Amino acid sequence: MKKNGYLIKVENLKKYFPIRKGVFSRVSNYVRAVDGISFSIKKGETLGLVGESGCGKTTTGKCILRLIEPTEGKVIFKDKNVGDLSNEELHEMRRNMQIIFQDPYGSLNPRMTVRDIVGRSLSVYNLVQGEKQKEKRVGELLEVVGLKKEYMRRYPHEFSGGQRQRIGIARALALNPEFVVCDEPVSALDVSIQAQVINLLKELQEKFNLTYLFISHDLSVVRYISDKVAVMYLGKIVELANWDGIYSSPLHPYTQALLSATPIPDTRVRRERIILQGDVPSPINPPSGCRFHPRCPYAKPECSQSEPELKDVGRGHYVACHLVK
Amino acid sequence: MRKREDALLKRDNLTDAEDTSTKLNIFKSLKKSRTWRRFRRHKLALVGATFLLVLILIAIFAPLIAPYDPYAIDLSAYRNPPSYAHWLGTDTAGRDVLSRLIYASRVSLLVGLGAVSIYVIIGTILGAISGYYGGWVDHIIMRIADAVLCFPLFVIILVAVTIVGPSLYNIILALGVLWWPGISRIVRGEFLSLREREFVEAAKATGEHSISIIFRYILPNVVAPIIVAATFGMASAILAEAGLSFLGLGVQPPTPSWGNMLIDAQSLTILKSMPWLWIPPGAMILITVLSINFVGDGLRDAFDVRGRAE
Repeated sequence: MKKNGYLIKVENLKKYFPIRKGVFSRVSNYVRAVDGISFSIKKGETLGLVGESGCGKTTTGKCILRLIEPTEGKVIFKDKNVGDLSNEELHEMRRNMQIIFQDPYGSLNPRMTVRDIVGRSLSVYNLVQGEKQKEKRVGELLEVVGLKKEYMRRYPHEFSGGQRQRIGIARALALNPEFVVCDEPVSALDVSIQAQVINLLKELQEKFNLTYLFISHDLSVVRYISDKVAVMYLGKIVELANWDGIYSSPLHPYTQALLSATPIPDTRVRRERIILQGDVPSPINPPSGCRFHPRCPYAKPECSQSEPELKDVGRGHYVACHLVK
Repeated sequence: MRKREDALLKRDNLTDAEDTSTKLNIFKSLKKSRTWRRFRRHKLALVGATFLLVLILIAIFAPLIAPYDPYAIDLSAYRNPPSYAHWLGTDTAGRDVLSRLIYASRVSLLVGLGAVSIYVIIGTILGAISGYYGGWVDHIIMRIADAVLCFPLFVIILVAVTIVGPSLYNIILALGVLWWPGISRIVRGEFLSLREREFVEAAKATGEHSISIIFRYILPNVVAPIIVAATFGMASAILAEAGLSFLGLGVQPPTPSWGNMLIDAQSLTILKSMPWLWIPPGAMILITVLSINFVGDGLRDAFDVRGRAE
């Protein structure tokens, strides 16, 4: 790989879900879940992807792994376009790209023991010979994520949410991946467990030199783990910067509003809340021009006419807004 | 090197010991499991299960239990009423009714188990493929299922059996091949909802192939409804065999089956004055089918087929 190069590069990724109607399943319209986003992540880095529900964060993560086929665009992983891979190549590629799911209840098969959940991929890729070796490796993985190796004979329903999420993490790590998509890995957990799991993810990143795409709607979580942060709104990235850039000098009005909504654990600090009007528009008929303009407190006439480009404003800070010159 | 081998050996022994202990634990946990606890609460299901267990034992050990040879014709003892020698009397050919009843249980259980296993396998595979892949595959399979369901099945089976000739195995085959749509619809429905679950996506992400996802990941989650449907199916299969045999298109005499033992009851004199010829087989059919249905009900409640999130 190139020195200082990118491990993964996403170019103009789009995913339109067709809406079918009528007897003949005619495609009447599309849900523009992800509408042309681009970013890249360096090896060992974490990109935080934030945005509210339904803005296309999860779809982006799944498109990268080709769990959902993207409609358009390229995902270049280790200098290969994931979209062009044949089934066999994709199968090989998946050893290096894994995913941690949001829901620790839905993502573990209730009829499989932890040993099989974590160890199946080892057998699929012939990384272990025989059951004994598999159990040894699964035991190691469980210990890495802070579980007892004796747990491997149990079923998922015997664990708490946090423990289940650790099992999910162990499964993702089983193949020694380089890149892991963390799809809201902590949003289903309560706050005390969230911190534990986040710390675990950080430790694992250092230990195995992992690269994360960390998807979340919680800015305080993302702040803690990310090197860079991308803010998504209605299928587009509106702002992308290093984490201090986002948190200390947010440029996009949407980012500012989001940040003003994160609680500060200090009652003496007063902060002006920016309260957005209205709801997120439907991704079926996104607003013209800048997608944020109907809710933007600073909207100008040109905002509804032309769509702002994501442009560099210096120090690796990108923003898509007409107001930022 | 030596040492390492020894250590490995030791570890192997250790895990073996653990293995047996977990096997014991499985029994223990089964006893304590929610499914068993719930099943136990269902008293009728327990009674049904006990009866079926006894029936299965009787069928297996028929030669040891039956007092007479079920095929032995004794024309001197012709349509004798129950007596000490023949507890349930003798039939038109002087054969012992009790012995025939005992041997006939083999036929019924064989038809029940055989037909059901055939159609459960066919139905599960077709339903799984249909539900997992969706799209045109699903359309084709489900339209075939609809077509099969459109016909009155008993009539088709009658015709089929008439063409290939009535025999025990032909009945099993006919029932097995024609009764799959019901179960395939159940399986398809379960697959449709399960394939959207995240653990299926996780399996894809870890490089599993479709076939493996279908059989290793999703199917174990569908076992409960399949077992329940199969139980009820067994009762219908036994009834169907009895019906066919009663019409003379099922198991052919002299092989005894509860259905063809009832053929005698087609005559009015027997119906009126010789109840020992038709009450026992009729009662056996009734009790067996009832028992299976009770067990099915119990299993359905125990598995809680609807609405268990786990």
